[in-house]
Amino acid sequence: MHEILWHGRGGQGAFTAAKLLAAAWVFADDGHSALAWPSFGPERRGAPVRAFTRLAEGRCSDRSEIRKADISVYLDATLFDADKAREELKAGGIILLNSSEASPLPEALSYDASKTAQAILGRNFPNTALFGAAAALTGGISRTDLAAGISACLKSAIAKANLEAAQAGFDALASREAA
Amino acid sequence: MAKRFLSGNEAFAEGVRLARPQVISAYPITPQTTCVEALASMVESGALEAEYLHVESEHSALSAAIGASMAGARAFTATSSQGLLYMAECLVYASGGLYPIVMMNACRSTALPWNIYCDQRDSLLLADSGWIQAYAASAQEALDLALMSFAIAESPEVATPFMVCLDGFTLTHTYESVEVPESAQADAFLPPYKTENRFDFENPKNLAFSAGPETNYLFKHQEQQGMLNALKAVPQTEARFAQIFGRAYPGLTEGYLLEGAEYVLITLGTVTGIAQKTASDLRAEGFAAGVLRLRYFRPFPSQEIAKALRQVKAAAVIERDVSFGATGAVHQSVCAALQQQGITTRVSCVIAGLGGADISEDDLRGVFADLAAGRHETRFAGIRERRDER
Repeated sequence: MHEILWHGRGGQGAFTAAKLLAAAWVFADDGHSALAWPSFGPERRGAPVRAFTRLAEGRCSDRSEIRKADISVYLDATLFDADKAREELKAGGIILLNSSEASPLPEALSYDASKTAQAILGRNFPNTALFGAAAALTGGISRTDLAAGISACLKSAIAKANLEAAQAGFDALASREAA
Repeated sequence: MAKRFLSGNEAFAEGVRLARPQVISAYPITPQTTCVEALASMVESGALEAEYLHVESEHSALSAAIGASMAGARAFTATSSQGLLYMAECLVYASGGLYPIVMMNACRSTALPWNIYCDQRDSLLLADSGWIQAYAASAQEALDLALMSFAIAESPEVATPFMVCLDGFTLTHTYESVEVPESAQADAFLPPYKTENRFDFENPKNLAFSAGPETNYLFKHQEQQGMLNALKAVPQTEARFAQIFGRAYPGLTEGYLLEGAEYVLITLGTVTGIAQKTASDLRAEGFAAGVLRLRYFRPFPSQEIAKALRQVKAAAVIERDVSFGATGAVHQSVCAALQQQGITTRVSCVIAGLGGADISEDDLRGVFADLAAGRHETRFAGIRERRDER
Protein backbone atom coordinates (compact mmCIF):
# COMPACT_ATOMS: atom_id res chain seq x y z
CA MET A 1 0.00 0.00 0.00
CA HIS A 2 1.27 3.45 -0.99
CA GLU A 3 -0.59 6.61 -0.08
CA ILE A 4 0.31 9.81 -1.89
CA LEU A 5 -0.80 13.36 -1.10
CA TRP A 6 -0.58 16.01 -3.81
CA HIS A 7 -0.49 19.71 -2.90
CA GLY A 8 -0.92 22.24 -5.66
CA ARG A 9 -2.75 25.31 -6.80
CA GLY A 10 -5.89 25.24 -8.91
CA GLY A 11 -4.82 24.98 -12.56
CA GLN A 12 -1.45 23.28 -11.92
CA GLY A 13 -2.81 19.80 -12.58
CA ALA A 14 -2.38 18.19 -9.15
CA PHE A 15 -5.38 15.92 -9.73
CA THR A 16 -4.10 14.97 -13.18
CA ALA A 17 -0.83 13.92 -11.56
CA ALA A 18 -2.76 11.91 -8.96
CA LYS A 19 -4.65 10.13 -11.75
CA LEU A 20 -1.55 9.56 -13.88
CA LEU A 21 0.26 7.82 -11.04
CA ALA A 22 -2.75 5.59 -10.26
CA ALA A 23 -3.25 4.72 -13.94
CA ALA A 24 0.43 3.89 -14.49
CA TRP A 25 0.26 1.68 -11.38
CA VAL A 26 -2.80 -0.32 -12.47
CA PHE A 27 -1.51 -0.82 -16.03
CA ALA A 28 1.91 -1.89 -14.71
CA ASP A 29 0.59 -5.14 -13.21
CA ASP A 30 -2.75 -6.96 -13.51
CA GLY A 31 -2.81 -7.57 -9.76
CA HIS A 32 -2.47 -3.85 -8.95
CA SER A 33 -5.39 -1.64 -8.07
CA ALA A 34 -5.59 2.05 -7.24
CA LEU A 35 -7.86 4.96 -6.42
CA ALA A 36 -7.30 8.60 -7.35
CA TRP A 37 -9.50 11.47 -6.28
CA PRO A 38 -9.42 15.25 -6.04
CA SER A 39 -10.28 17.42 -3.07
CA PHE A 40 -13.96 17.55 -3.91
CA GLY A 41 -16.00 20.60 -4.62
CA PRO A 42 -15.69 23.96 -6.32
CA GLU A 43 -12.17 24.98 -7.27
CA ARG A 44 -10.55 28.28 -8.15
CA ARG A 45 -7.48 28.86 -10.26
CA GLY A 46 -4.58 29.63 -7.94
CA ALA A 47 -6.27 28.49 -4.72
CA PRO A 48 -4.60 25.67 -2.76
CA VAL A 49 -5.94 22.25 -3.79
CA ARG A 50 -5.15 18.72 -2.75
CA ALA A 51 -5.41 15.42 -4.57
CA PHE A 52 -4.99 11.84 -3.40
CA THR A 53 -3.65 8.56 -4.77
CA ARG A 54 -3.91 5.22 -3.01
CA LEU A 55 -2.03 2.28 -4.58
CA ALA A 56 -2.43 -1.35 -3.56
CA GLU A 57 -0.76 -4.60 -4.61
CA GLY A 58 -4.18 -6.31 -4.30
CA ARG A 59 -7.70 -4.96 -3.87
CA CYS A 60 -8.08 -1.27 -3.04
CA SER A 61 -11.46 -0.41 -1.57
CA ASP A 62 -10.60 2.00 1.25
CA ARG A 63 -11.95 5.40 0.16
CA SER A 64 -11.37 7.18 3.47
CA GLU A 65 -9.28 10.33 3.53
CA ILE A 66 -5.49 9.99 3.42
CA ARG A 67 -4.31 11.59 6.67
CA LYS A 68 -0.70 10.41 6.60
CA ALA A 69 1.16 9.79 3.36
CA ASP A 70 4.09 7.71 2.17
CA ILE A 71 4.85 10.42 -0.37
CA SER A 72 3.73 14.02 -0.09
CA VAL A 73 4.25 16.05 -3.27
CA TYR A 74 4.26 19.85 -3.45
CA LEU A 75 3.69 21.19 -6.96
CA ASP A 76 4.14 24.68 -5.56
CA ALA A 77 6.84 25.17 -2.92
CA THR A 78 5.06 28.23 -1.50
CA LEU A 79 2.46 25.80 -0.10
CA PHE A 80 5.13 23.96 1.89
CA ASP A 81 5.14 24.33 5.66
CA ALA A 82 7.65 22.10 7.44
CA ASP A 83 5.53 21.37 10.54
CA LYS A 84 2.35 20.65 8.60
CA ALA A 85 4.24 18.58 6.05
CA ARG A 86 5.79 16.40 8.78
CA GLU A 87 2.42 16.07 10.50
CA GLU A 88 0.87 14.37 7.46
CA LEU A 89 3.81 12.10 6.69
CA LYS A 90 4.14 8.45 7.77
CA ALA A 91 7.35 7.31 9.47
CA GLY A 92 9.86 6.80 6.66
CA GLY A 93 7.76 8.87 4.27
CA ILE A 94 9.20 11.19 1.65
CA ILE A 95 8.36 14.80 0.77
CA LEU A 96 8.86 15.73 -2.88
CA LEU A 97 9.21 19.47 -3.44
CA ASN A 98 9.05 21.24 -6.78
CA SER A 99 11.89 23.61 -6.06
CA SER A 100 15.20 24.85 -7.45
CA GLU A 101 16.52 25.29 -3.94
CA ALA A 102 18.18 22.75 -1.68
CA SER A 103 15.89 20.54 0.38
CA PRO A 104 14.89 22.17 3.69
CA LEU A 105 14.36 18.87 5.58
CA PRO A 106 16.19 15.53 5.72
CA GLU A 107 13.00 13.68 4.67
CA ALA A 108 12.41 16.04 1.73
CA LEU A 109 13.76 15.87 -1.82
CA SER A 110 13.96 18.91 -4.08
CA TYR A 111 13.44 18.50 -7.78
CA ASP A 112 12.97 21.41 -10.17
CA ALA A 113 9.95 20.08 -12.09
CA SER A 114 9.04 23.56 -13.31
CA LYS A 115 12.42 23.78 -15.06
CA THR A 116 11.80 20.40 -16.72
CA ALA A 117 8.31 21.55 -17.78
CA GLN A 118 9.61 24.84 -19.20
CA ALA A 119 12.30 23.01 -21.17
CA ILE A 120 10.06 20.27 -22.59
CA LEU A 121 6.53 21.72 -22.62
CA GLY A 122 7.51 25.39 -22.91
CA ARG A 123 5.14 26.17 -20.04
CA ASN A 124 5.19 25.83 -16.27
CA PHE A 125 3.00 22.74 -15.87
CA PRO A 126 5.12 20.73 -13.41
CA ASN A 127 2.54 17.98 -12.87
CA THR A 128 3.67 15.42 -15.44
CA ALA A 129 7.35 15.69 -14.47
CA LEU A 130 6.32 15.21 -10.83
CA PHE A 131 4.19 12.23 -11.84
CA GLY A 132 7.31 10.63 -13.29
CA ALA A 133 9.33 11.59 -10.22
CA ALA A 134 6.75 10.16 -7.81
CA ALA A 135 6.52 6.97 -9.91
CA ALA A 136 10.27 6.47 -9.46
CA LEU A 137 9.91 6.92 -5.69
CA THR A 138 6.96 4.53 -5.49
CA GLY A 139 8.65 1.53 -7.05
CA GLY A 140 6.43 -1.00 -8.82
CA ILE A 141 6.22 1.34 -11.83
CA SER A 142 8.93 1.07 -14.47
CA ARG A 143 9.98 3.83 -16.86
CA THR A 144 8.09 2.08 -19.67
CA ASP A 145 4.88 1.94 -17.57
CA LEU A 146 4.66 5.75 -17.64
CA ALA A 147 3.26 5.71 -21.17
CA ALA A 148 0.19 3.67 -20.19
CA GLY A 149 -0.67 6.21 -17.53
CA ILE A 150 -0.26 9.09 -19.97
CA SER A 151 -2.41 7.50 -22.66
CA ALA A 152 -5.16 6.63 -20.13
CA CYS A 153 -5.43 10.20 -18.81
CA LEU A 154 -4.23 12.73 -21.40
CA LYS A 155 -5.48 13.72 -24.85
CA SER A 156 -3.28 12.34 -27.59
CA ALA A 157 -2.31 15.85 -28.80
CA ILE A 158 -0.41 16.55 -25.56
CA ALA A 159 0.61 12.99 -24.73
CA LYS A 160 4.02 12.89 -26.41
CA ALA A 161 5.59 15.96 -24.79
CA ASN A 162 4.11 15.12 -21.40
CA LEU A 163 5.47 11.59 -21.59
CA GLU A 164 8.88 13.10 -22.22
CA ALA A 165 8.45 15.33 -19.14
CA ALA A 166 7.35 12.33 -17.06
CA GLN A 167 10.37 10.32 -18.22
CA ALA A 168 12.68 13.21 -17.34
CA GLY A 169 11.11 13.34 -13.86
CA PHE A 170 11.44 9.58 -13.50
CA ASP A 171 15.12 9.63 -14.55
CA ALA A 172 15.96 12.51 -12.22
CA LEU A 173 14.59 10.73 -9.15
CA ALA A 174 15.60 7.18 -10.16
CA SER A 175 19.24 8.23 -10.49
CA ARG A 176 19.05 10.04 -7.16
CA GLU A 177 17.59 6.97 -5.43
CA ALA A 178 20.37 4.81 -6.88
CA ALA A 179 23.05 7.20 -5.66
CA MET B 1 -13.16 -6.60 -22.55
CA ALA B 2 -10.93 -3.52 -22.26
CA LYS B 3 -9.27 -2.24 -19.10
CA ARG B 4 -9.84 1.50 -18.73
CA PHE B 5 -9.13 4.07 -16.03
CA LEU B 6 -12.43 5.81 -15.26
CA SER B 7 -14.39 7.67 -12.61
CA GLY B 8 -17.57 6.12 -11.19
CA ASN B 9 -19.71 8.45 -13.30
CA GLU B 10 -17.75 7.65 -16.47
CA ALA B 11 -17.90 3.92 -15.78
CA PHE B 12 -21.64 4.11 -15.22
CA ALA B 13 -22.07 6.00 -18.49
CA GLU B 14 -20.18 3.18 -20.26
CA GLY B 15 -22.62 0.69 -18.73
CA VAL B 16 -25.59 2.76 -19.90
CA ARG B 17 -24.10 2.97 -23.41
CA LEU B 18 -23.84 -0.83 -23.51
CA ALA B 19 -27.48 -1.14 -22.35
CA ARG B 20 -28.59 0.83 -25.44
CA PRO B 21 -31.33 3.02 -23.95
CA GLN B 22 -33.48 4.60 -26.66
CA VAL B 23 -34.30 7.73 -24.65
CA ILE B 24 -32.13 9.60 -22.12
CA SER B 25 -33.66 12.62 -20.45
CA ALA B 26 -31.66 14.44 -17.82
CA TYR B 27 -31.00 17.72 -16.09
CA PRO B 28 -27.46 18.21 -14.78
CA ILE B 29 -26.73 18.46 -11.04
CA THR B 30 -23.50 18.00 -9.08
CA PRO B 31 -22.21 15.28 -8.59
CA GLN B 32 -24.22 13.54 -11.31
CA THR B 33 -23.17 15.93 -14.10
CA THR B 34 -20.13 14.15 -15.54
CA CYS B 35 -22.22 11.00 -16.10
CA VAL B 36 -24.84 12.71 -18.25
CA GLU B 37 -22.15 14.81 -19.97
CA ALA B 38 -20.42 11.58 -20.98
CA LEU B 39 -23.71 10.18 -22.31
CA ALA B 40 -24.45 13.40 -24.22
CA SER B 41 -21.01 13.13 -25.86
CA MET B 42 -21.66 9.51 -26.81
CA VAL B 43 -24.95 10.46 -28.45
CA GLU B 44 -23.26 13.41 -30.19
CA SER B 45 -20.44 11.24 -31.56
CA GLY B 46 -22.76 8.43 -32.59
CA ALA B 47 -21.24 5.93 -30.13
CA LEU B 48 -24.73 5.64 -28.65
CA GLU B 49 -27.87 5.76 -30.75
CA ALA B 50 -30.44 7.40 -28.48
CA GLU B 51 -32.69 10.41 -28.22
CA TYR B 52 -31.01 12.71 -25.66
CA LEU B 53 -33.48 15.17 -24.15
CA HIS B 54 -31.87 18.03 -22.25
CA VAL B 55 -35.00 19.00 -20.33
CA GLU B 56 -35.59 22.06 -18.14
CA SER B 57 -35.93 20.31 -14.75
CA GLU B 58 -35.69 17.00 -12.95
CA HIS B 59 -39.48 16.79 -12.78
CA SER B 60 -39.52 16.95 -16.57
CA ALA B 61 -36.59 14.54 -16.85
CA LEU B 62 -38.47 11.71 -15.21
CA SER B 63 -41.79 12.71 -16.81
CA ALA B 64 -40.18 12.41 -20.25
CA ALA B 65 -38.65 9.05 -19.30
CA ILE B 66 -42.09 7.83 -18.20
CA GLY B 67 -43.57 8.93 -21.55
CA ALA B 68 -40.79 7.12 -23.40
CA SER B 69 -41.30 3.97 -21.34
CA MET B 70 -45.07 4.14 -22.02
CA ALA B 71 -44.23 4.15 -25.72
CA GLY B 72 -42.23 0.95 -25.20
CA ALA B 73 -38.76 2.52 -25.21
CA ARG B 74 -35.89 1.72 -22.87
CA ALA B 75 -35.46 4.93 -20.89
CA PHE B 76 -32.73 6.29 -18.61
CA THR B 77 -32.35 9.33 -16.40
CA ALA B 78 -29.95 10.45 -13.67
CA THR B 79 -30.05 12.93 -10.85
CA SER B 80 -28.97 13.72 -7.28
CA SER B 81 -30.14 15.26 -4.01
CA GLN B 82 -32.50 18.23 -4.51
CA GLY B 83 -33.06 17.08 -8.09
CA LEU B 84 -34.27 13.69 -6.88
CA LEU B 85 -36.56 15.38 -4.36
CA TYR B 86 -37.93 17.65 -7.09
CA MET B 87 -38.81 14.60 -9.21
CA ALA B 88 -40.34 12.76 -6.23
CA GLU B 89 -43.89 13.16 -7.54
CA CYS B 90 -42.94 11.37 -10.75
CA LEU B 91 -41.19 8.47 -8.97
CA VAL B 92 -44.50 7.04 -7.80
CA TYR B 93 -46.01 7.49 -11.28
CA ALA B 94 -43.21 5.38 -12.73
CA SER B 95 -43.47 2.62 -10.13
CA GLY B 96 -47.28 2.65 -10.05
CA GLY B 97 -47.39 2.37 -13.84
CA LEU B 98 -44.86 -0.52 -13.77
CA TYR B 99 -42.46 1.38 -16.07
CA PRO B 100 -38.98 -0.19 -15.75
CA ILE B 101 -36.99 3.04 -16.08
CA VAL B 102 -33.41 3.05 -14.78
CA MET B 103 -32.13 6.09 -12.92
CA MET B 104 -28.67 6.77 -11.54
CA ASN B 105 -28.68 8.76 -8.33
CA ALA B 106 -25.43 10.35 -7.18
CA CYS B 107 -26.04 10.23 -3.43
CA ARG B 108 -25.67 13.69 -1.96
CA SER B 109 -26.82 15.47 1.15
CA THR B 110 -30.02 17.51 1.24
CA ALA B 111 -30.47 21.22 2.03
CA LEU B 112 -30.24 23.11 4.36
CA PRO B 113 -27.38 23.83 5.08
CA TRP B 114 -26.51 23.67 1.40
CA ASN B 115 -24.05 20.85 0.74
CA ILE B 116 -22.98 19.05 -2.43
CA TYR B 117 -21.15 16.16 -0.73
CA CYS B 118 -22.07 12.57 -0.06
CA ASP B 119 -24.59 11.11 2.29
CA GLN B 120 -27.63 9.00 1.52
CA ARG B 121 -30.43 11.19 2.83
CA ASP B 122 -31.69 11.82 -0.72
CA SER B 123 -32.18 8.26 -1.94
CA LEU B 124 -33.22 6.88 1.46
CA LEU B 125 -35.93 9.53 1.71
CA LEU B 126 -37.44 7.94 -1.42
CA ALA B 127 -37.01 4.31 -0.41
CA ASP B 128 -40.80 4.08 -0.15
CA SER B 129 -41.42 5.29 -3.71
CA GLY B 130 -41.64 1.80 -5.20
CA TRP B 131 -38.25 1.81 -6.93
CA ILE B 132 -35.67 -0.94 -6.58
CA GLN B 133 -32.58 0.55 -4.90
CA ALA B 134 -29.06 -0.82 -5.29
CA TYR B 135 -25.91 0.84 -3.88
CA ALA B 136 -22.61 0.37 -5.72
CA ALA B 137 -19.30 0.28 -3.87
CA SER B 138 -16.88 0.52 -6.83
CA ALA B 139 -16.81 1.90 -10.38
CA GLN B 140 -16.77 -1.67 -11.75
CA GLU B 141 -19.86 -2.57 -9.77
CA ALA B 142 -21.51 0.66 -10.94
CA LEU B 143 -20.90 -0.23 -14.60
CA ASP B 144 -22.13 -3.77 -14.07
CA LEU B 145 -25.22 -2.53 -12.22
CA ALA B 146 -26.03 -0.23 -15.13
CA LEU B 147 -26.42 -3.35 -17.26
CA MET B 148 -28.04 -5.58 -14.65
CA SER B 149 -30.53 -2.91 -13.53
CA PHE B 150 -32.25 -2.87 -16.93
CA ALA B 151 -32.39 -6.67 -17.03
CA ILE B 152 -33.92 -6.91 -13.54
CA ALA B 153 -36.30 -3.95 -13.93
CA GLU B 154 -37.61 -5.15 -17.30
CA SER B 155 -38.11 -8.81 -16.39
CA PRO B 156 -41.90 -9.23 -16.73
CA GLU B 157 -42.39 -10.65 -13.23
CA VAL B 158 -40.63 -7.60 -11.75
CA ALA B 159 -41.66 -4.63 -14.00
CA THR B 160 -40.37 -2.11 -11.47
CA PRO B 161 -38.21 1.00 -11.98
CA PHE B 162 -34.64 0.79 -10.70
CA MET B 163 -32.51 3.41 -8.92
CA VAL B 164 -28.78 2.71 -8.95
CA CYS B 165 -27.14 4.73 -6.18
CA LEU B 166 -23.51 5.87 -6.41
CA ASP B 167 -22.05 7.72 -3.44
CA GLY B 168 -21.37 11.29 -4.57
CA PHE B 169 -17.69 12.10 -5.17
CA THR B 170 -16.29 9.11 -3.22
CA LEU B 171 -17.58 6.96 -6.08
CA THR B 172 -18.80 9.32 -8.82
CA HIS B 173 -15.56 11.33 -8.99
CA THR B 174 -12.95 8.78 -7.89
CA TYR B 175 -10.87 7.15 -10.65
CA GLU B 176 -10.00 3.46 -10.75
CA SER B 177 -9.45 0.69 -13.27
CA VAL B 178 -12.57 -0.77 -14.83
CA GLU B 179 -13.15 -3.61 -17.28
CA VAL B 180 -15.46 -2.33 -20.00
CA PRO B 181 -17.27 -5.21 -21.74
CA GLU B 182 -17.66 -5.55 -25.50
CA SER B 183 -20.98 -4.55 -27.10
CA ALA B 184 -21.57 -8.09 -28.36
CA GLN B 185 -21.39 -9.46 -24.81
CA ALA B 186 -23.76 -6.76 -23.54
CA ASP B 187 -26.20 -7.42 -26.37
CA ALA B 188 -26.21 -11.14 -25.54
CA PHE B 189 -26.93 -10.30 -21.91
CA LEU B 190 -29.56 -7.61 -22.49
CA PRO B 191 -31.84 -8.00 -25.52
CA PRO B 192 -34.02 -5.04 -26.62
CA TYR B 193 -36.88 -4.09 -24.30
CA LYS B 194 -40.21 -5.68 -25.24
CA THR B 195 -43.41 -5.07 -23.31
CA GLU B 196 -47.16 -5.16 -23.59
CA ASN B 197 -47.40 -2.34 -21.05
CA ARG B 198 -47.26 0.36 -23.76
CA PHE B 199 -49.21 2.54 -26.17
CA ASP B 200 -50.15 0.34 -29.09
CA PHE B 201 -52.51 1.38 -31.90
CA GLU B 202 -53.06 -2.27 -32.88
CA ASN B 203 -54.00 -3.33 -29.35
CA PRO B 204 -55.20 -0.16 -27.65
CA LYS B 205 -55.43 -0.26 -23.86
CA ASN B 206 -55.92 2.11 -20.98
CA LEU B 207 -52.72 3.26 -19.30
CA ALA B 208 -52.22 5.53 -16.29
CA PHE B 209 -55.82 5.16 -15.19
CA SER B 210 -57.67 5.82 -11.94
CA ALA B 211 -58.49 3.09 -9.43
CA GLY B 212 -60.89 3.77 -6.56
CA PRO B 213 -61.16 2.13 -3.16
CA GLU B 214 -62.67 -1.06 -4.64
CA THR B 215 -59.54 -1.97 -6.63
CA ASN B 216 -56.72 0.33 -5.57
CA TYR B 217 -55.21 -2.12 -3.09
CA LEU B 218 -55.06 -4.77 -5.79
CA PHE B 219 -52.73 -2.59 -7.83
CA LYS B 220 -50.59 -1.83 -4.78
CA HIS B 221 -50.44 -5.54 -3.98
CA GLN B 222 -49.31 -6.19 -7.54
CA GLU B 223 -46.57 -3.58 -7.12
CA GLN B 224 -45.44 -5.23 -3.89
CA GLN B 225 -45.31 -8.63 -5.64
CA GLY B 226 -43.21 -7.22 -8.48
CA MET B 227 -40.75 -5.72 -6.01
CA LEU B 228 -40.59 -8.97 -4.00
CA ASN B 229 -40.01 -10.93 -7.20
CA ALA B 230 -36.80 -8.93 -7.56
CA LEU B 231 -35.48 -10.89 -4.53
CA LYS B 232 -35.19 -13.85 -6.92
CA ALA B 233 -34.48 -11.89 -10.10
CA VAL B 234 -31.33 -10.32 -8.59
CA PRO B 235 -29.39 -13.57 -7.97
CA GLN B 236 -30.72 -15.09 -11.21
CA THR B 237 -29.57 -12.07 -13.21
CA GLU B 238 -26.21 -12.08 -11.45
CA ALA B 239 -25.71 -15.76 -12.31
CA ARG B 240 -26.42 -15.03 -15.98
CA PHE B 241 -24.13 -11.99 -15.81
CA ALA B 242 -21.32 -14.12 -14.39
CA GLN B 243 -21.69 -16.64 -17.22
CA ILE B 244 -21.36 -13.98 -19.91
CA PHE B 245 -18.93 -11.51 -18.34
CA GLY B 246 -17.04 -13.72 -15.86
CA ARG B 247 -17.67 -11.44 -12.87
CA ALA B 248 -19.67 -12.85 -9.97
CA TYR B 249 -21.75 -10.86 -7.49
CA PRO B 250 -22.97 -12.15 -4.12
CA GLY B 251 -26.69 -11.32 -4.27
CA LEU B 252 -28.53 -8.70 -2.25
CA THR B 253 -25.93 -8.58 0.52
CA GLU B 254 -22.17 -9.07 0.75
CA GLY B 255 -20.70 -10.63 3.86
CA TYR B 256 -17.12 -9.98 4.93
CA LEU B 257 -15.45 -12.00 7.71
CA LEU B 258 -18.87 -13.03 9.01
CA GLU B 259 -17.68 -16.54 9.83
CA GLY B 260 -17.34 -16.58 13.61
CA ALA B 261 -17.97 -12.82 13.84
CA GLU B 262 -19.19 -11.56 17.23
CA TYR B 263 -19.58 -7.91 16.29
CA VAL B 264 -20.75 -6.73 12.88
CA LEU B 265 -21.01 -3.39 11.09
CA ILE B 266 -23.86 -3.00 8.60
CA THR B 267 -23.01 -0.73 5.66
CA LEU B 268 -24.53 0.71 2.49
CA GLY B 269 -22.30 2.06 -0.29
CA THR B 270 -18.64 3.03 -0.29
CA VAL B 271 -18.08 3.20 3.48
CA THR B 272 -17.84 -0.57 3.15
CA GLY B 273 -14.18 -0.30 2.06
CA ILE B 274 -12.90 1.25 5.29
CA ALA B 275 -15.30 -0.92 7.33
CA GLN B 276 -13.79 -4.06 5.78
CA LYS B 277 -10.25 -2.79 6.36
CA THR B 278 -11.09 -2.04 10.01
CA ALA B 279 -12.64 -5.49 10.51
CA SER B 280 -9.63 -7.16 8.91
CA ASP B 281 -7.20 -5.20 11.13
CA LEU B 282 -9.26 -6.05 14.24
CA ARG B 283 -9.32 -9.74 13.31
CA ALA B 284 -5.52 -9.68 13.22
CA GLU B 285 -5.66 -8.31 16.77
CA GLY B 286 -7.95 -11.17 17.90
CA PHE B 287 -11.24 -9.22 17.91
CA ALA B 288 -14.03 -11.08 16.04
CA ALA B 289 -15.23 -8.28 13.75
CA GLY B 290 -17.24 -8.62 10.53
CA VAL B 291 -19.05 -6.47 7.97
CA LEU B 292 -22.41 -6.98 6.29
CA ARG B 293 -22.93 -4.75 3.26
CA LEU B 294 -26.45 -4.23 1.94
CA ARG B 295 -26.08 -4.09 -1.84
CA TYR B 296 -29.83 -3.68 -2.20
CA PHE B 297 -32.07 -1.62 0.04
CA ARG B 298 -35.31 -2.24 -1.88
CA PRO B 299 -36.39 -4.96 -2.02
CA PHE B 300 -35.05 -5.34 1.49
CA PRO B 301 -32.89 -8.47 2.00
CA SER B 302 -34.54 -9.51 5.29
CA GLN B 303 -33.65 -13.20 5.03
CA GLU B 304 -29.99 -12.59 4.27
CA ILE B 305 -29.71 -10.12 7.15
CA ALA B 306 -31.40 -12.48 9.59
CA LYS B 307 -29.08 -15.28 8.55
CA ALA B 308 -25.97 -13.10 8.89
CA LEU B 309 -26.87 -11.62 12.28
CA ARG B 310 -28.52 -14.61 13.98
CA GLN B 311 -25.35 -15.70 15.80
CA VAL B 312 -23.59 -12.39 16.44
CA LYS B 313 -23.46 -10.66 19.84
CA ALA B 314 -24.26 -7.17 18.57
CA ALA B 315 -24.29 -5.13 15.36
CA ALA B 316 -24.29 -1.46 14.38
CA VAL B 317 -25.56 0.28 11.27
CA ILE B 318 -23.19 2.92 9.91
CA GLU B 319 -25.97 5.22 8.80
CA ARG B 320 -25.40 8.05 6.31
CA ASP B 321 -28.92 9.20 7.05
CA VAL B 322 -31.03 10.43 9.95
CA SER B 323 -34.77 10.36 10.34
CA PHE B 324 -35.06 13.17 12.87
CA GLY B 325 -36.79 12.05 16.04
CA ALA B 326 -36.13 8.41 15.21
CA THR B 327 -32.93 6.68 14.02
CA GLY B 328 -32.07 6.15 10.33
CA ALA B 329 -33.80 4.43 7.42
CA VAL B 330 -31.36 1.51 7.25
CA HIS B 331 -31.43 0.90 10.99
CA GLN B 332 -35.24 0.88 11.08
CA SER B 333 -35.47 -1.61 8.22
CA VAL B 334 -32.81 -3.89 9.75
CA CYS B 335 -34.51 -3.90 13.15
CA ALA B 336 -37.92 -4.62 11.62
CA ALA B 337 -36.51 -7.53 9.62
CA LEU B 338 -34.86 -9.08 12.68
CA GLN B 339 -37.87 -8.59 14.94
CA GLN B 340 -40.16 -10.17 12.34
CA GLN B 341 -37.99 -13.27 12.29
CA GLY B 342 -37.68 -13.53 16.05
CA ILE B 343 -33.98 -12.65 16.16
CA THR B 344 -32.93 -10.74 19.24
CA THR B 345 -29.46 -9.52 18.19
CA ARG B 346 -29.13 -5.94 19.39
CA VAL B 347 -28.52 -3.45 16.56
CA SER B 348 -27.43 0.12 17.27
CA CYS B 349 -27.43 3.11 14.96
CA VAL B 350 -24.38 5.30 14.40
CA ILE B 351 -25.16 8.33 12.26
CA ALA B 352 -21.96 9.13 10.39
CA GLY B 353 -20.61 10.62 7.20
CA LEU B 354 -23.31 13.25 6.81
CA GLY B 355 -22.61 15.99 4.27
CA GLY B 356 -19.44 14.26 3.08
CA ALA B 357 -17.76 13.89 6.49
CA ASP B 358 -14.95 11.36 6.32
CA ILE B 359 -15.46 8.09 8.19
CA SER B 360 -12.07 6.90 9.43
CA GLU B 361 -10.76 3.61 10.78
CA ASP B 362 -10.57 5.25 14.24
CA ASP B 363 -14.28 6.13 14.03
CA LEU B 364 -15.17 2.53 13.18
CA ARG B 365 -12.88 1.06 15.83
CA GLY B 366 -14.81 3.24 18.27
CA VAL B 367 -18.08 1.73 17.08
CA PHE B 368 -16.76 -1.82 17.53
CA ALA B 369 -15.48 -0.86 21.02
CA ASP B 370 -18.94 0.47 21.92
CA LEU B 371 -20.55 -2.78 20.78
CA ALA B 372 -18.15 -4.86 22.83
CA ALA B 373 -18.77 -2.64 25.89
CA GLY B 374 -22.54 -2.96 25.53
CA ARG B 375 -23.11 0.70 24.59
CA HIS B 376 -26.05 0.72 22.18
CA GLU B 377 -27.50 4.23 22.25
CA THR B 378 -28.08 5.97 18.93
CA ARG B 379 -25.38 8.55 18.42
CA PHE B 380 -23.85 10.92 15.88
CA ALA B 381 -20.22 10.02 15.15
CA GLY B 382 -18.00 12.88 16.27
CA ILE B 383 -20.44 14.46 18.75
CA ARG B 384 -19.27 12.57 21.86
CA GLU B 385 -15.64 13.24 20.92
CA ARG B 386 -16.36 16.98 20.67
CA ARG B 387 -17.99 16.89 24.08
CA ASP B 388 -14.95 15.11 25.54
CA GLU B 389 -12.64 17.79 24.15
CA ARG B 390 -14.45 20.56 26.02
